[in-house]
Amino acid sequence: MENLKEFNVDGTVYKTQTTKKFENRKAWERPNPKNLLSFIPGTIVEIFVKEGQEVKAGESLMILEAMKMKNLIEMPFDGVIKKIHVEEGVKVPNRMLMVEIE
Amino acid sequence: MSLKRNILDLRKRKEKVLQGGGEKAIQKQVAMGKLTARERVTSILDEDSFHEYDLFVEHEARDFGMEKKQLHGDGVIIGTGTIYGEPVCIFAQDFTVAGGSLGLMHARKITKIMDHALKMRVPLIGINDSGGARIQEGVNSLAGYGEIFFRNTLASGVIPQLSVILGPCAGGAVYSPALTDFVFVVENISKMFITGPEVIKTVLGEEISMEELGGARVHSEITGNAHFYAQSEYECFEQIKKLLTFIPWHNGKKAKAFPPKPPKPEYKIEEIVPADPTQPYDIRNVIKAISDDSDFFEIMENFAKNIVIGFGRMNGETVGFVANQPMVLAGVLDCDSSDKAARFIRYCDSFNIPIVTLEDMPGYLPGVDQEHMGVIRHGAKILYAYSEATVPKITVIIRKAYGGGYIAMNSRHMKADFMFAWPTAEIAVMGPEGAANIIFRKEIMNAEDPEAMRKEKVAEYKEKFANPYVAAAKGYIDTVIEPEETRNMLLHSIEVSNNKVDRRPAKKHGIPPF
Repeated sequence: MENLKEFNVDGTVYKTQTTKKFENRKAWERPNPKNLLSFIPGTIVEIFVKEGQEVKAGESLMILEAMKMKNLIEMPFDGVIKKIHVEEGVKVPNRMLMVEIE
Repeated sequence: MSLKRNILDLRKRKEKVLQGGGEKAIQKQVAMGKLTARERVTSILDEDSFHEYDLFVEHEARDFGMEKKQLHGDGVIIGTGTIYGEPVCIFAQDFTVAGGSLGLMHARKITKIMDHALKMRVPLIGINDSGGARIQEGVNSLAGYGEIFFRNTLASGVIPQLSVILGPCAGGAVYSPALTDFVFVVENISKMFITGPEVIKTVLGEEISMEELGGARVHSEITGNAHFYAQSEYECFEQIKKLLTFIPWHNGKKAKAFPPKPPKPEYKIEEIVPADPTQPYDIRNVIKAISDDSDFFEIMENFAKNIVIGFGRMNGETVGFVANQPMVLAGVLDCDSSDKAARFIRYCDSFNIPIVTLEDMPGYLPGVDQEHMGVIRHGAKILYAYSEATVPKITVIIRKAYGGGYIAMNSRHMKADFMFAWPTAEIAVMGPEGAANIIFRKEIMNAEDPEAMRKEKVAEYKEKFANPYVAAAKGYIDTVIEPEETRNMLLHSIEVSNNKVDRRPAKKHGIPPF
């Protein structure tokens, strides 16, 4: 039997093969509330804020248009815009870092 | 007056329709490495058994210049024929006619043959090769798809439904195959997706080929949408015919019995399985060692390989095997393997096929991704499917049967009819290492040499619980058998279960954890 690996289940180590899907699984990362990620693939239509600007919770940061719907992206809490990673007109994939907040 | 003139006229009309989309379109089809719809139908069916209906159907579309277009058979062939002498209904979309696009009449032809299959209680084979909805026909084509999906659902569990993807099958069209029992795909020919590469590129800027997005390999290895993968159309047709030898024609029947045959002598059951529960082996060899002629017809061979499902025969009768595969991911249960097994169990239950479960697994796959993907919901499908099944259910525990996996894999508590265990079976809440670490935590921590103490305690636990006799003492296992006895015990238990009656509370239907 080829490509045997050690595989731990509840403290016991088994000799076994793995699958492509298993090898390609993504490691979990703790979400950082200061990083605003896109929640759907789409296009940035308009950006209302600038880097360094103070923004109150609930204010609109930008419009992410996806599936013919214009989604307003809101500020999650009071803070300062540290960096904007997108520009007007660009397409963004899902879960892309759009804005960093301080 | 002679009938000759009318007969000649009929022949001429037929000949015209039989040309499909015409020579050029056929040349294109052949250049893509594809057979024509009619060649496919006649290759699957017994020679000269195909009878076609709705040959002269024409579309009624009047917009966008469609009124000037004549589409032969409206892009689909329907009819009846036989496979190994038994009747089947079949439809095949004809890509040479307007790209096999689905309009109102095209859909009506398909639903006509579906209704027929359901009424006559014969299997339905659908060959998909279509560019999708005929956009000129607007909502009529959507209506057509809907009528097909509805009938797929009505027929589900009554007659076998086979979908053969021999070309594109995109957008809403994919849901007909998805609702059917078995989906066949062929390398380089099958393409299935909801949104194609074009749309993905426009919306996301991601470039991907049709093959990478929804080719035969993708659906047989990653998505689990396909059950059978073939290198060529002819190989695919052989798979279809072989599958049909294992399944009954409808849910009121049993699968056809074949003359009993012993397993091949090269599969020596005692030599296949290592005694050390951490060492791998190929469970398919155990199935071959116990089934007639060592003939095991595997389903979803390349998806969630940590569980093995498929058909074999015992004493000439079809049996569905569900088996953990220690060779892959130690045979753990996870989201994909639960889905794979649960659906197969329900298939067997619907179609009167006894289920033999071979168990050797250390539990569920640990990991954040599994938990977040919903291994609770997916894992519950196996419990649901086994509990719900009333066909004869027999389990053989080969080595490990730990924790929730022990319960799930057709245990006595899911109402298995017979529970057998090999002397190598370990039926316990968890593996010895994990269990000792919890039970003897204090002793191990406080010991002068914790590692030595841990080893001692693991050995103690193994001695006491890692065997079949604790479960046998409670009657959870009916008997502990020698590996060599496995086939005979199974043959006997299937035989005595032949008239099994197991009634359940009346209900409209249950609510399985879909």
